Amino acid sequence: MTVNDTRDIALIAVVERIVERNGRDPTRMVQILREVQEALDWLSPQAIDALQAALKVPRTKIEGVAGFYAFFYLQPRGRYRLLFSDNITDRMLGNEALLERLCRNLWIEPGKVSEDGLVSVDTTSCTGLCDQGPALLVNNQAIGRLTAERIDQIAELVRSKVPLAEWPDELFAIEDNIRRADVLLGNDMQPGDALRAARALAPDEGLMASNMRSWREGLPTGLGGPAAILDEIKHANLRGRGGAGFTTALKWEACRNAPLKLGQQRIVVCNADEGEPGTFKDRVLLTRHADAVFEGMTVAAYAVGATLGFLYLRGEYRHLLEPLNAILERRRGENLLGQNILGIPGANFDIEIHLGAGAYVCGEESALIESLEGKRGTPRNRPPFPVTNGYLDQPTIVNNVETFAAAALIALKGGAWYANIGTRHSAGTKILSVSGDCARPGIYEYPFGVSVRQVLADCGADDVQAVQVSGPSGVCIAPAEFDRIIGFEDIPTAGAFTIFNSSRDMFEVARNYVHFFQHESCGFCTPCRVGTALLKKLMDKLHQGAGSPYDFAEIEKLNVLLQSMSHCGLGHTACNPVLDTIARFRPAYDRRLMQKDFTPAFDLDQALSLARQMTGRDDAGAHLASQHGGEA
Amino acid sequence: MSQTFTLDGKTIAFEPGQTILQAADAAGVFIPHLCYHPEFKPHGSCKLCTVKVNGRQTASCTMRAMPGMAVESDTEEINAERRALTQMLFVEGNHYCPSCEKSGNCQLQATAYHLGMMSTHYDHFFPNRAVDASHPEVLLDFNRCILCSLCVRASRDVDGKNVFALSGRGIDTHLIVNASSGRLGDTDFTLADKAAEVCPVGVILKKRQGFAVPIGERTYDKAPIGATTAGEAC
Repeated sequence: MTVNDTRDIALIAVVERIVERNGRDPTRMVQILREVQEALDWLSPQAIDALQAALKVPRTKIEGVAGFYAFFYLQPRGRYRLLFSDNITDRMLGNEALLERLCRNLWIEPGKVSEDGLVSVDTTSCTGLCDQGPALLVNNQAIGRLTAERIDQIAELVRSKVPLAEWPDELFAIEDNIRRADVLLGNDMQPGDALRAARALAPDEGLMASNMRSWREGLPTGLGGPAAILDEIKHANLRGRGGAGFTTALKWEACRNAPLKLGQQRIVVCNADEGEPGTFKDRVLLTRHADAVFEGMTVAAYAVGATLGFLYLRGEYRHLLEPLNAILERRRGENLLGQNILGIPGANFDIEIHLGAGAYVCGEESALIESLEGKRGTPRNRPPFPVTNGYLDQPTIVNNVETFAAAALIALKGGAWYANIGTRHSAGTKILSVSGDCARPGIYEYPFGVSVRQVLADCGADDVQAVQVSGPSGVCIAPAEFDRIIGFEDIPTAGAFTIFNSSRDMFEVARNYVHFFQHESCGFCTPCRVGTALLKKLMDKLHQGAGSPYDFAEIEKLNVLLQSMSHCGLGHTACNPVLDTIARFRPAYDRRLMQKDFTPAFDLDQALSLARQMTGRDDAGAHLASQHGGEA
Repeated sequence: MSQTFTLDGKTIAFEPGQTILQAADAAGVFIPHLCYHPEFKPHGSCKLCTVKVNGRQTASCTMRAMPGMAVESDTEEINAERRALTQMLFVEGNHYCPSCEKSGNCQLQATAYHLGMMSTHYDHFFPNRAVDASHPEVLLDFNRCILCSLCVRASRDVDGKNVFALSGRGIDTHLIVNASSGRLGDTDFTLADKAAEVCPVGVILKKRQGFAVPIGERTYDKAPIGATTAGEAC
């Protein structure tokens, strides 16, 4: 037996064990691929052969899924895979210089694997550590507060081939940075409190009819809880915290009323794919208040009659997987999950955690469901909507982490109490992820209706030029608008609050966001796939000084096309940062229009640089003789 | 009695469950499209068939017809956007009509003519895509792929083979074939497959018959796309 044979047998055994642990279920493809990669460092052709044999699915299915997610590698990427978070906040904190330093230290080029196959260094979209950046991921484990010293320490650990498990713990320490807590972050709910309150809720007379439905369908009987809890959510005027602000009770009711086919069940999904650059409040909620989130999911399950739940956790939060699984296990032990929860006959519900793998678009609920089903994260055609045809075609609700935590609080304290907090159209509180140019970045919870100015004062931000609210897909506002309020009636937000002082170039901010959308476009529809790539080229052209008014007009035309023709919200909002910054910070663009007439982006002398590099020449003769009197 | 909606002011009858595109097709009204094929479940990815329904843009291949809808399709505004999408598809891949054996039978080319596309307008991407000539009967020229997924759907849903799939993401999305070598010759693909005949552009080409029908006598040489009669659009 050759060395290769032995290696192949070992590989097959690893894959076989992982597939077996996942019940040989192809709908668990994303989880299986993640586990295989964690074990083998990349998804080699041999690993895919083994997966194909073990799962009995076409190879195209495996490669199609693996090729979609940024964190899956069909090419070797080294034993240590370092990805620098490349959000605008990381840029502002100097991540580029640190990346360069690490590459120099390790003698490698960004994006390439070292010749000995040990290490690769590259960039990735925002990893959700904006309040403690610059940040990076090493084999999907997060490290924040990068400094030159930390970079040198990391380089030394890599060079000495210290196994990741033996790296110093303090490197991986992540702060919660809660600066302002209100009813949600300040709650002292104990596990089970909200569920016991939900169980005790008696229905109003008028709700008996809707309660009958639950009885017919074999939901927990005799308590009236499910319909009553739905009523509390309705009274609370709770709206989704993921940004869109859909009325939670309407969504739950639609799911509850959706007919079940034989063998189907209702599904509750918690969207923890917090991918919007600048948002990190779900990370903190899941670190500090995971019980409230799981309890909210269980309350939802009780209200809609669901028996299966998923937490879809973004791959960047891999470090939360084990702690969260431990909490789920404890809750099962406490009969807060599982069969006949808290002794309610028929109240059966359990939660499973699925990890994403680097795909912002999976925050869109139908793409998230596709990913849960083990597919490429492409948004579905709607209608039908998930409430009737969701996970594996079953009625499904998808809500944000913060929505579920709020639902638990409402179950405990009542809808009327909750509706009294905030404004008339926006009940309750909102957690903001504050980052950028301010003295105290971190997590701030406010009742809805707080002004942008108030938040800026609280976090210690002066000399503010602009605030990007709700990330690149949200709005960018200028000082004249700082009296506007956070709320569905004015500025709705998923939570990001990114501050730019007057030293920042708002064109570069928009360009960073355009790069983000281009990287995250799923590629399904023509306008977004090609349009975001064209937009990126045009913004880069302006950046390089080759821009003219013609290019500016092209950018504006592309924005219109993206908004009107795209398949999903990603394409619709991809041009927001550009539209907003053009409207408010036009001089930042005008400065970039350095050419009066159209000038090609293509630079012939630059194009020869590869040839110069290959021949080791950089003398005058290796450059184009410039007709314009420039350097030769 | 069937129900109706209006398309550019014209009354169109539809059966419940039909999409706008299906109903228009049955009534003999052409709406440009590339990823739609009457024999397959609508996909909704190319967005060429976008129309305005009650003032809002939507893909007509996936939007169900509803009674009383006011649909706009053949307007200068919408056609300009369709033209831009067609230009995007041209610059995304490598489409050189004069040297392409699908010329005259190509739906992308015919749609470009239909929309009055005079240039590709945008900067070309010039992607580097290798051709696959490994199969004895079929050549795959990925340079022309527009990611419509028709071959993916045909192979999966009709042939039961899964020979094709999309991999990658965003602008790097690309067609792959079901073999560890990545070559079509190592799959169970045959000329009799449905997937062999659905490509709207020049990716899946039957070998040795590229010019059996001379240029000038091909499908869209005889009648431009959209000039077909009811039910023939594909």
